[in-house]
Amino acid sequence: MRAIVLRKHSVLPGFELALGFTLLYLSLIVLIPISAVFAKTLTLSFSSFVQIITSDRVLASLRLSFGASLIAAAINTVFGFLVAWVLVRYRFAGKRLIDAMVDLPFALPTAVAGIALTAIYAKNGWLGSLLEPLGVKVAFTPLGVLVALVFIGLPFVVRTVQPVLEDLEPELEDAAATLGADRWQIFRRVILPAVLPALITGFALAFARAVGEYGSVIFIAGNMPMVSEITPLLIVTKLEQYDYAGATALATVMLVVSFLLLLLINYLQWRTRSPLASR
Amino acid sequence: MAHALAARIPLGVREEPVFVRALLISAALAFLGLFLFLPLAAVFHEALKKGWEVYLAAIVEPDALSAIKLTLLAAAIAVPLNTFFGVAAAWAIAKFEFRGKNLLTTLIDLPFSVSPVISGLVYVLVFGLQGWLGPWLQAHDLKVIFAVPGIVLATLFVTVPFVARELIPLMQAQGKEEEEAAVVLGAGGWQVFWRVTLPNIKWGLLYGVILCNARAMGEFGAVSVVSGHIRGETNTMPLHVEILYNEYQFAAAFAVASLLALLALVTLAVKSFVERKIES
Repeated sequence: MRAIVLRKHSVLPGFELALGFTLLYLSLIVLIPISAVFAKTLTLSFSSFVQIITSDRVLASLRLSFGASLIAAAINTVFGFLVAWVLVRYRFAGKRLIDAMVDLPFALPTAVAGIALTAIYAKNGWLGSLLEPLGVKVAFTPLGVLVALVFIGLPFVVRTVQPVLEDLEPELEDAAATLGADRWQIFRRVILPAVLPALITGFALAFARAVGEYGSVIFIAGNMPMVSEITPLLIVTKLEQYDYAGATALATVMLVVSFLLLLLINYLQWRTRSPLASR
Repeated sequence: MAHALAARIPLGVREEPVFVRALLISAALAFLGLFLFLPLAAVFHEALKKGWEVYLAAIVEPDALSAIKLTLLAAAIAVPLNTFFGVAAAWAIAKFEFRGKNLLTTLIDLPFSVSPVISGLVYVLVFGLQGWLGPWLQAHDLKVIFAVPGIVLATLFVTVPFVARELIPLMQAQGKEEEEAAVVLGAGGWQVFWRVTLPNIKWGLLYGVILCNARAMGEFGAVSVVSGHIRGETNTMPLHVEILYNEYQFAAAFAVASLLALLALVTLAVKSFVERKIES
C-alpha cells in the first residue's frame, strides 16, 4: 500500500455525494433506530433497569446464552481449525464441494436450520433415536441450544484460519525441521503461533454470532424459562407481552456486549492484517 | 500450491504420517457430516416423507404463495437499495481519505453484530404504537409495524453490510490509479464508474449481492418481531415455515423449508463460481 501519502484532495469526483448518501442511509436505517433502544432505556430509572436485568429469569437466560455461546465457539475453534487444516493441507475426494459447503450455515435460513436440527435430534429423529437409549436428550434441552449454536458458528473459524494457513510460508517449517524439530514441535512452535490471532478472531466472531442467535435455537431449545430460554427469545416474549421497557433493557445489555465484541474483533482483525498491510 | 511444494520435499516433517492424515480427514468429515450434511438431508427427507403430492400442495397453497411473494418483494427492495448503498460507501471509503473512516467502516458492520431480534425491536421502538412515530402514524392511518413496510425495513437493516463489506477491501486493494488516469484523460464521474470501476469490481459486487439476497430471503428473527404473523399478509417464507411447524404440519413446513434450502444451495454454488472467477 503506497497510499500512505495522504491526499485529502483527490482528482476523483463524487466524494461528497457518496459519503453524504452513505451517512444519511446508515443513519436512517441503522443508527437512529438503534439509538431508540438507548433512548427508551434512559426513560427507565436506574434501579428499575437493574431490577429488570437481575431478575432470576433474565439472569438464567443470560447464563445460558453466554455459556452455550462460549462452549459452542470453543467447539468451533477446535473443529474449525481442524477443517481449515484438512482443507488447506490435504488432498481428498470431494474437497471442493466440502469447501463450498462450509458456508452453508451462512446461506441456510436460520429457521430452516432450526427445524432440521430439531427433526434430527427429536426422540424419533435420526440421531435422537440413537441417543435416547443412552439417556442423552438433545432436543428441548440446553444441549439442543448448544447444537444449534455450533451449527451457526461453524464457518467463522474455518474462514478466518484458512487464508492464514494458505499464506504460511513453507520455508519456516523447513527451517524448523532442519534445526531438528519434529512434526509436533513444528506444529506447536511454528504453525500454532502463526494462526493463533486468526483462531481468536474466529472464536470471537462465532461467539458474537451465537450470543444473538434466535431462529435456529428457538425450535430445538424447548424454551423453558430458567432452563432452556435464551436471552433473544426472552426479549421477544417481553415484547409480545407489551413489556417494552423490559425488552429494551435486555436489548441494551446485549447491544453493549455486541459493541464491545465488535470493537475487539476489529482490533483483532487489524492486528492480524497489519503485517500484511505494511508490505 | 502448498501441496505441490510439500510433495517435492520427501522429509517426514512436512507432512503428517499417513494414518494421522487419514485420522484428521475422517474427524473433519465426521464433524461436517454431523453438522452440515445431516441437517440438509433432513430437510429434504422430511419434506418428501409424505410424497410429492403433499409436497406440491404445501407449496401452491395460497398462504404459502403469498409468503413466497412477500419474501420476493422484501428482497426485491432490500437488495437493490443495499447494493446502491454498498457501492456508494465503498466509493467514499476506498477511494478517498477522510477522518473517521475506520469508525464509519465499523458502523457499517454493526447490523452483523446485533442480534436479529434487536434489529426488529429497534423499528418497533420507532414505528410501533408506543414508539417515536407511533402516534403520528396512527393519526394518518399508516401502518409500519405488523405490516409490509416493517418487514421491508427489518430486511434492509440486517442486509446493510453485505455489499459494502465485499467491495471496500476489493476497491482498496485495487487503488485509484486507473480512475485517476481516466479523469485526467477527460472522463466524467459516471463514465469513470461505469467504464473503469465497475468492470474491476463486478465479481465482488455479484458476490456481495448474492449473499445479501440469501440473507434477505432467509431472515427470520428481525422479521418475526415486526411481522405480527398475519397469515397471507405479513408472513414471509421463513415465518410461514415456523407457523406450519408449530401447527405440527411438519411435511408442509419442511416443503417450504426445502425451497429455502434450495436457495441456499444455489447461493453457495454461485458463490464458489464467483470465488473462482475472482481468484483467476
